[in-house]
Amino acid sequence: MNSKKTTTPLQEKLLQYAEEKVTVSSAGTISELKQKALESFKQSGLPHKRLEKWRNTDMSGWYQKPFLPETINEEFTKQVNDIFECTVQGFDSNVISVLNGHYYSPEEKKLQQFENGVIIGSLAKAMVEYPEYFDKYYGKIADTETNGMTAINTAIAEDGVFIYIPDNVVVEKPVQLIKLVNKRGLMLNTRNLIILGRNSQFTFLHCDDSINHDDSFINTLTEVQLGENASLNLYKLQNINDETALLNNSFFNMKRNSRLKVNVLTFNGGLIRNELHVNLNGKGAEANLNGLYLMDKKQHIDNQVYVNHNAPHCNSSELFKGILDNEARGVFNGYIYVARDAQKTNAFQRNNNILMTSTAKINTMPFLEIYADDVQCSHGATVGQIDNEALFYLMQRGIPFDDARMLLMFAFVAEITDNIKIETLKTNIDDMVKKRLRGELSICDRCVLHCTIPDKPIEFDIDLSKI
Amino acid sequence: MLLNIKDLHVAINGKEILKGFNLQVNEGEIHAIMGPNGTGKSTLAAAITGREGYEITKGEIIYKGEVINDWTPDKRANEGVFLSFQYPVEIPGVSMTNFMRTALNAKRGYLGQPQMKAGEFLKMMEEKKKLVEITAKLTNRSVNEGFSGGEKKKNEIFQMAMLEPTLAILDETDSGLDIDALKVVAKGVNTLKSDSKAFIVITHYQRLLDFIVPDFVHVMYKGKIVKSGGKGLALELEEHGYDWVKELYGEE
Repeated sequence: MNSKKTTTPLQEKLLQYAEEKVTVSSAGTISELKQKALESFKQSGLPHKRLEKWRNTDMSGWYQKPFLPETINEEFTKQVNDIFECTVQGFDSNVISVLNGHYYSPEEKKLQQFENGVIIGSLAKAMVEYPEYFDKYYGKIADTETNGMTAINTAIAEDGVFIYIPDNVVVEKPVQLIKLVNKRGLMLNTRNLIILGRNSQFTFLHCDDSINHDDSFINTLTEVQLGENASLNLYKLQNINDETALLNNSFFNMKRNSRLKVNVLTFNGGLIRNELHVNLNGKGAEANLNGLYLMDKKQHIDNQVYVNHNAPHCNSSELFKGILDNEARGVFNGYIYVARDAQKTNAFQRNNNILMTSTAKINTMPFLEIYADDVQCSHGATVGQIDNEALFYLMQRGIPFDDARMLLMFAFVAEITDNIKIETLKTNIDDMVKKRLRGELSICDRCVLHCTIPDKPIEFDIDLSKI
Repeated sequence: MLLNIKDLHVAINGKEILKGFNLQVNEGEIHAIMGPNGTGKSTLAAAITGREGYEITKGEIIYKGEVINDWTPDKRANEGVFLSFQYPVEIPGVSMTNFMRTALNAKRGYLGQPQMKAGEFLKMMEEKKKLVEITAKLTNRSVNEGFSGGEKKKNEIFQMAMLEPTLAILDETDSGLDIDALKVVAKGVNTLKSDSKAFIVITHYQRLLDFIVPDFVHVMYKGKIVKSGGKGLALELEEHGYDWVKELYGEE
């Protein structure tokens, strides 16, 4: 197989880079992990369309671009706010950031331990200071055998975010990660590790934003461990430029009675692929996975959701909704696996799409693999246009065409946005959705957040006249 | 004259449904349009309200002295044309409150009036709900979602009460209603009746006309009115059915 494999400029560069990096890495288990991952990558290479799970997402164009697989460790000279201003009224969060692939903060704040035992900071630094967590959890969920992107990330990722929440600690204030790139042509492999102790609670916002219109290729991998009865609310907000490809791989191991809520909100981006791998490993665990995507032009969104019911009495639900305009492409693959002894499983899945043009396209596919006999599973997918009956009904009551259509689109996405439990965040997201649907949202409305940057706004319009 | 329909021909997908329909409606009048299924009664409602896909191939709809053939549905609505739908549409995710406020404010905007204050609006909602005996809270309910058949029809009359149209068309509002709901709907209409408003009641049966008493009854068949008369005509139809109409006008 090796000899026949076609290679690409990006793959060549990655291999070359990895060969240098991996051999010089220090001894220990992580080093071993990296070497193993590199070997896997040599076997698998970058994912391509001939693989079943990549059939509808063509990366080949991106592989031809001259991206450099390098991260740049910027010295902390400016506040994040100076690069990327975020002023969210009423939304109280602790903001951390990753810039060009590295944790960005003053040196003394690179890794902080708080009074309640919570640790937040640079993954690279945590790897040195808290090796015990890494021995136990790092690279333990992410499968490097079958996924080339995971393999290369594991082999060469150096930095990212490390978060540790001890047992019984409830973190009231959400932590917001703002991930930025301000150098062109980088292929960034970043890595996050999040550990939630038993009975802990945590809310995390993971925002991917662009600061300009330069191209970049981001391959992020996040591993999350949820202890018994732990609760995580995770929001992913994606508003990146059209020249950026973002691969977002998240892995979750869930212990008994733990609860996971994920909202993936994709507003803009050249190519975005979100993979959620959720392992319900303990009795009574519950995962609610929701997603919203609003794409136009030639943008591509791919959501891959893998839910593995490995234990009995677990619940999972998936609801992904999207509106695609122009020639945008969407992919939704929802995999539900129910193990033989995972009795009393409830697993639900739904994907609804509105296509605004005849050239927009969605590939949606459920995939259920059920080995237990006492389970409730359902799946459903719809692809449609705005309901003309409803449109006329609204207009008959005096509501003009554009407003009526907006009302219907907003109603369509409300099923997702209504899940956002932080009121101020919901207000901000609703506002972003409205702007996006009106064609008024730009990457200057970054993040959650009415951020303003003085330079050029650009338009991402959804042309409303086309429905 | 409020509404003057002259020699109206309407086609759907090239097939002519209305074939030279004429009707004059003055303020203060109630007109009943009856007739067997498939004669174009609902097409008439769609044509007056400007529904897409109903092509006027000939003739004019003159409303308040203006030809409205090319007006958009929202413009017609804001000028006072209201349709109580035969099959009200469910709109998940749009709350009744939001819907009504948007509609009311659209009308106000169209008429150059200031937007309605929230308090004033809610008070109005409560008042009009009572009129049609809607007891449920509407605030968090999506438009028509999960409403029973009767509730949907009551909801149409509720919306009519909110929007205070000049010309209201009731398309088979009685279908699927039990006698109690029918009375509630009729009460709503009778309360809203005034010298400046007119109603066109489209119905298959005479039953509704016991409660909403028409000034004129028109029998429609094969895309036009074949007979007009007073209230008594409805009773005649009830007694003899539509067979005589078919016999008389069945052949071109």
